[in-house]
Amino acid sequence: MSTAPRPGEEGGHGVRGPHVPGSRVSESHVPESRVPAQRAAVEGGAGRSATPLVRSHPLLKSLLGAWALAACSPEETAAVEAHLTDCAPCADEAVRLRDAVALLHPEDSLDLDPGLRARVLTAALNRRPARIPVPEWAAPYEAEASRLDALLRDIGETEWRAPVRLGWFDGRSPVTREVTVADVIGHLTAVDTIVAGALGMADPLRGASPEERTEALWAAEQGDRTPASVRAAWRDQEQTLIRTVSFAGEAAAELPVDYGPFALPLRDAFLDRAFECWTHAGDIAEAVDYPYAPPSPAHLNGMIDLAARMLPGAIAARRRAGLAPPARGLVVAGAPGRALHLEIEGRGGGHWYIALDSPGATGTPEGEVAHVALDGVEFCRLAAGHVPPEEAAAGSLGDEEAVRDVLYATASLSRL
Amino acid sequence: MTNDAPPRWDRRMQQRLTHGEAAALGELYDRFASLVHGLAHRVLGDEAAADRVTREVFGHIWEHPEEFDPREGPLRSWIAGLAHRHAVSTLRRTEADEERPAAEIEEKVRAASAAARADYIVTSMPAPLRAALDLAYFRRLDYRQTAVRLGVTEDEARRRLRLGLQLLSTAHDGPRAVSPPGGGAALR
Repeated sequence: MSTAPRPGEEGGHGVRGPHVPGSRVSESHVPESRVPAQRAAVEGGAGRSATPLVRSHPLLKSLLGAWALAACSPEETAAVEAHLTDCAPCADEAVRLRDAVALLHPEDSLDLDPGLRARVLTAALNRRPARIPVPEWAAPYEAEASRLDALLRDIGETEWRAPVRLGWFDGRSPVTREVTVADVIGHLTAVDTIVAGALGMADPLRGASPEERTEALWAAEQGDRTPASVRAAWRDQEQTLIRTVSFAGEAAAELPVDYGPFALPLRDAFLDRAFECWTHAGDIAEAVDYPYAPPSPAHLNGMIDLAARMLPGAIAARRRAGLAPPARGLVVAGAPGRALHLEIEGRGGGHWYIALDSPGATGTPEGEVAHVALDGVEFCRLAAGHVPPEEAAAGSLGDEEAVRDVLYATASLSRL
Repeated sequence: MTNDAPPRWDRRMQQRLTHGEAAALGELYDRFASLVHGLAHRVLGDEAAADRVTREVFGHIWEHPEEFDPREGPLRSWIAGLAHRHAVSTLRRTEADEERPAAEIEEKVRAASAAARADYIVTSMPAPLRAALDLAYFRRLDYRQTAVRLGVTEDEARRRLRLGLQLLSTAHDGPRAVSPPGGGAALR
C-alpha cells in the first residue's frame, strides 16, 4: 500500500518525533495565524475536487482524532486548524488528543527473560509454600509449555502458515517432513493424550503409538481450525495434565505410560513431553526466525539423563533389528559390564556411564571402554534426530564400535 | 489477543490461588507477567527494577489472593493497579535516595504514571480502536487508507481514531492508581 504525502511528516520513516499538528495548535490560537490557515484551506479545497471542502462543525470535529495523528489530507488539516481558532471546545479537545498521541509508544520488547518465570515463582513460593505443589518431575514440562505458549502468542497469523520442517532419525537415515505450525501443535496435543490416558482421562486411541495418534489428528483436522483454537486445545490439555499430577502428587510418579512400542513411568513421560515441547518449539522458532533459548540447566540435565537412561534399551533394540552389531558378551542383570563414558559439557551437563551389553547391566566407570564428549544442546539435537549421528560434533576416545553404537542409538531415540 | 478473560476465569483463579495451587500461580504468571513487567518497565525504565517489581507483585498476589474483589473489576485491572503502585513506590524510593527535590520527583512520577496508564489503556481498549490507532500511528496510514485496510467507512475510521485518542487521553487525568508516598495500601 502506498503512503500518500502526509501533513506533519517531515520525511524519513524512523520513529516519529513530537507531532507537528500538535505544535501548530498552540500557534493557531494566536489570532495572526488565522488568515493564512483559512486561506490555505480555501486554496486547497479549490485546487482539488477529490476532497470536498470541509466546513461543517460536526465533520471538523470528527476529524480531530485523525488530525492529531497527522492522518488527514492537507486540505482537511488546514480546515481543521482554521476551525480551531474559532471553536474553543474543539481547540480544547485538539490539545487533549494531541497530548494523547504523545503517549503512544511502540510496545516494549515482548520477550521477557525466560529465567524470570522461575525466579518470580520461586520467590512467591518462598513467601507462602504451596499446599498443592507442582511435582518436581513435572516442572520441566510446565516451564517448556509456558515458553512455547509465549512464542505462539507472539507470532502473527502469517507466521502460523510458515512451513515447519520436522526431522527425525528412522534408525538408518534422517527423515524430514514439512508441516504447518498448527500441525506441530496438533502433534504435541496428540502425543499428550497418551499421558492424559495414563492419568485416567478419556483416551479413545488407547494403545496407539505417538505416530498413529498424530496421523489420526492430522487426518481429522484438515487445516480448518483457527490458530487460537489449535493453541488453546494444546494448552488447555497441558494445563490439565499439570494440574492433575499436582493433585495426584508423588504417588503418580511411577504410573506406567503406554506409548505403544515402549512404556515410561509417568515422571519420565513428563520429561519426554518437556523435551519434545522444547524440540518442536525450536522447530517453529527456526521456521519463523525467532530466537529460542535452551531450557534451564536443571531441566536440560533431567532431559539428558532420561536420554542416557534410555540408551541401553535403544542399543538393544537396534541389535534386535539388525541395525547394530551383536553384544560382546552376556552380562548378568544388575552386574557391571562394558560402559561408554558419556561426558556432556556446558550448562546442565554431567557424566553418565552407558551400559553397552544389556539394558539390565549397570554402567560404571570401571567398565569404561570408550569416552564421548559433547555439548548438552548438541546431544539433545542428536537425540531429537536433528543431527545425523555421523555429523554430531562429538569428541571420542576408545572403542569405535561402542562410540558408533551409542551415537546411532541416541539418534534413534527420535521419532515423529 | 486474549485480554478479556471472563469473570468466571478470574474467580476460579482466585479460588485456586487461595487454595495454594502452585500450578495456578504459573498460569497467572503466563497470562499477566508481560502486563506487569511492561507497566513496571514504563515507569522505571530499567529492566532489573522491572524484574523486581514483577517478583513483588506476583509474590503479593500469591500471599494475598483474597484482596482481589471481583465486584470492583476484572483481575487484569487489579493486577495492573498493583503493578503500577509497586512501580511508582519504587520510583519514589529511588528518586528520594538520590535526594532529588520533591517537586521534581512528583513531576517524574506523574509523567511515568501517565505513560504506564496509557500503555494499559491501549492494551485494554476494544480491538477495533486499537487496530485503527495502530494503522494510523505506527504504520503511518491516513484515515482513508486506514478505513480501507479495516474495511469500514471513512466516517467510522475517523470515529475510531478520535474515540481511541479520547480514551487514551484519560491517562493524563487520574492519579487514581498512584499511591501517596509510603501509603500504598497494597504495599508491604
